Amino acid sequence: MSEVAEYTRKDFAAEQEVRWCPGCGDYSILAQVQRVMPEICAETNQTKENIVFISGIGCSSRFPYYMNTFGFHTIHGRAPTIASGLKLSRPELQVWVVTGDGDALSIGGNHLIHALRRNVDLKILLFNNRIYGLTKGQYSPTSEVGKKTKSSPLGSLERPLNPLHVAIASEATFIARAIATEGTQMRDVLLQAAKHKGSAIIEIFQNCNVFNDAAFDAFAAKKNQTEHTVFLRHGEPVKFGKDNEKGICIRSEHGALEPYVVNVADVDQSSILVHDEQSPNAALAYLLAQMDMPEFPVPLGVFRNIKRPSYDELLDQQVVTAIKDRGAGDLNEHMRSAETWTVS
Amino acid sequence: MSSDGGVQTDAVNSSSGGGDGFTEVDNVIIRFAGDSGDGMQVTGAMFSDNSAFVGHDISTLPDFPAEIRAPAGTLPGVSSFQLNFSSFDIHTPGDQPDVLVALNPAALKVNLRDLKPGGVLILNQDAFKDMDMKKAGYTEDPREDGSLSGYQVFDLPITSVCLAAVENTDLTKKQAMLTKNMFTLGIVCWLFDRPLDLIEKRIEKVFSGRKAALADPNKLALNAGFNFADTIEAFASRYTVGKVDLPPGEYRRMTGNEATAMGFVAASIAIGRPLFYASYPITPASDILHELSKLRHFGVKTAQAEDEIAAAGMAIGAAYGGALGLTGTSGPGVALKSEAIGLAVVAELPMVIANVQRGGPSTGLPTKTEQADLLQAITGRNGECPAIVVAPATPGDCFNMAVEAFRLAVTYMTPVFFLSDGYLANGSEPWLIPDINKIEKTDIPMPSGENGYIPPYSRDPKTQARPWIVPGTAGLEHQIGGLEKENITGKVSYDAENHELMTKLRVSKVDGAVQSIPDLEVHGDEEGDLLVLGWGGTLGAIRHAVDNARAKGYSVSCTHLRYLNPFPGNTAEVLGKFKQVLVPELNLGQLRMLLRAKYLVDIEGLNKVQGQPFKTVEIENKIYEMLEQTVRKVAG
Repeated sequence: MSEVAEYTRKDFAAEQEVRWCPGCGDYSILAQVQRVMPEICAETNQTKENIVFISGIGCSSRFPYYMNTFGFHTIHGRAPTIASGLKLSRPELQVWVVTGDGDALSIGGNHLIHALRRNVDLKILLFNNRIYGLTKGQYSPTSEVGKKTKSSPLGSLERPLNPLHVAIASEATFIARAIATEGTQMRDVLLQAAKHKGSAIIEIFQNCNVFNDAAFDAFAAKKNQTEHTVFLRHGEPVKFGKDNEKGICIRSEHGALEPYVVNVADVDQSSILVHDEQSPNAALAYLLAQMDMPEFPVPLGVFRNIKRPSYDELLDQQVVTAIKDRGAGDLNEHMRSAETWTVS
Repeated sequence: MSSDGGVQTDAVNSSSGGGDGFTEVDNVIIRFAGDSGDGMQVTGAMFSDNSAFVGHDISTLPDFPAEIRAPAGTLPGVSSFQLNFSSFDIHTPGDQPDVLVALNPAALKVNLRDLKPGGVLILNQDAFKDMDMKKAGYTEDPREDGSLSGYQVFDLPITSVCLAAVENTDLTKKQAMLTKNMFTLGIVCWLFDRPLDLIEKRIEKVFSGRKAALADPNKLALNAGFNFADTIEAFASRYTVGKVDLPPGEYRRMTGNEATAMGFVAASIAIGRPLFYASYPITPASDILHELSKLRHFGVKTAQAEDEIAAAGMAIGAAYGGALGLTGTSGPGVALKSEAIGLAVVAELPMVIANVQRGGPSTGLPTKTEQADLLQAITGRNGECPAIVVAPATPGDCFNMAVEAFRLAVTYMTPVFFLSDGYLANGSEPWLIPDINKIEKTDIPMPSGENGYIPPYSRDPKTQARPWIVPGTAGLEHQIGGLEKENITGKVSYDAENHELMTKLRVSKVDGAVQSIPDLEVHGDEEGDLLVLGWGGTLGAIRHAVDNARAKGYSVSCTHLRYLNPFPGNTAEVLGKFKQVLVPELNLGQLRMLLRAKYLVDIEGLNKVQGQPFKTVEIENKIYEMLEQTVRKVAG
């Protein structure tokens, strides 16, 4: 593309009336995505008509209706499959998937892990509110043990999944996390995901104020963020607190590596963990992804960002190579590839 | 088969003992049977190719177990390949073999009941040790207890002579054992006077590259078998079959799955859109994935999905992007894809679902054939969810109907089922190779936004199809999905009237496809006492049965549905011209139910669910039964 139009936020806002519950965290995610899209188009040299949002089922999955781009609201859990088919057949498109904790990790768990391991160039936004909202309040695969909901009045018996653990185990090449209400951080992560070639997944903590209100307040509320979150920056020491006075170090305990919190002033600066999102070893990303309240700050930002050829790229290459090696296919010839005989 | 001079008739009466005399017969049905490790499928395929190549019409029926290697020598491990080759136009692999080759006692036990009385039975003497017979469940040696007395038995030391023949090669004992199928093929080639050079060429092709060292020993075994048969003077006679009179042109042997894969590529050429195939491996459809995966140089993209649902989703995604989105599977896979197919119906996207039917329900009979997924294709989704359904009638016809499936899908912007079956998929016939340049083009315009906005659910006045607006089209951005859509605008709509309108519109769009499908053609007289109406892979048996009955003077015709939803426009008219209608199906009466419901015509069924295709005689007997009842009714 030689010329890329300059877009504004308004270009990405659909006329459709937005119908999430008042106060829903989805509103702020929508606003940030619409806001960062002009920048994404400019940085990725992409036009608006080549951007597609594909979703599954759930509150989050209404997202495509509110974007003034091509959009496809599909079926429960299957958005990664439809997005994969689109991306593989039309690699020039920039394909985003919008999904939730139930959609991506319960009914669609299989598709998520396979889309990630194949490294299809999809940008997956996983809205995690740790509850089923659209079906009016049942526990989700990310709900905490003991969660009391309509379907678990005596408390849920199930251990939750950590979406980032799933992404790491699935060999995702870009893994990040953001809070719905933190616009600057989220836009930064969205932009990085868009620029990444390969599967990118962003877990977005999103408050459901109707069925699971204040689920993330302990670290995500404005007043708690400095003490209870840490924003990961590639190549920088992992520090947090009002004056970055606290840091994360790693030690080996009982043969296993484990993080611990230190006062920066008390330790040798070189002992503080330096974040490396490009490490070929997933151990660091996994270690960070395990850090949780109350013992640790909750890490945000990019956990992993590594380079591997994407599936769509490789598939295209196979086509190009096959044509180069064998010539463009000739069906008349192909039909005669078996023994033939002539009847006169 | 062989009503006018089968193999057995002459041979039984001959006692010359020499191999010099040739007996000319019209057709021969031969079945190769052995353990699934004995190479019977390869042997059968090679002899079929050779039969077609020397000028016979052929029809083939492979039959193999679902297990890759059931325990050697047991009944479940038996694999067979049946071939009917003839000097006249045939439609089926034949009911009863004239010649049965049984390489072990289990193969004998499973297949003997089908062998024609007086037929030729070739046994491998070396495989009839006590242990082998016990494994096959024989308490007494069938060769000695009189149970084979009605056949011409040739009990030959196949393994030992073959091993001696390849003794001086570099083969291991195990490799040497594996050449006995070629030795057997040598015997059969002698019996039917086939030159060996073509088969030798084929052996070279099969054993090339890393396996090249195996080519010469296999050729050695083939020749040894031929010479052995020539020397032992055991066979009373040799047989020749005349050449068939086929329309002129270039032919090849074609299996249904190969034809299906090539047909979809032809569709892509005819429509001018790239083909995208997503599939999860499943018997008996996997060969379509294998065939299409070889064709990257055609621009064909294939993906082996993580499951059946994903395969359907990927095909929908590809269709949404403007490619020909295809997914292939068998019945259990369709069950999983159903929700996704419903999405394509509401999103009005042109996908094709190829279902190579097998015995069901559930896992059922994976390697056996059945036609019991017709109602699943027509109604098997939630809601009022119509789909166009087409079904090929012969292995070669899979090519034509694959082209048709996509022509209809893109013309009407709706999912289309392509219903093949295990019998068509693995069966084969001589196929007149078409000229791809002569296949009719289907021109589907790709809308651009240059002349202003086009609503995504606006309608083509003739077909009611919505425009295929694909991502990347500037100015025509829109959102679609599985929620009910408002007609024309495509916006989400919960409006009661609109839902009814859209439900009816989707149905009438599919019904309207009748305007672009051909009328039913009747084989035989246009009216009469009985019409035999079939669909799918039963064409051959029906046609043959009807021809036999007509030759005996019965007033019977047949017709075959290749389009099952909608039915051809003249269906009611055709049904109305016959006093009785018979619908033979490999299910418990699914098409019959649909026809009765739609046309209010009383229809008799002939139904079979044994995992096997119809035998001609089964249909023929039903024809006689129905027509004789009528005669009696009239007389009484």
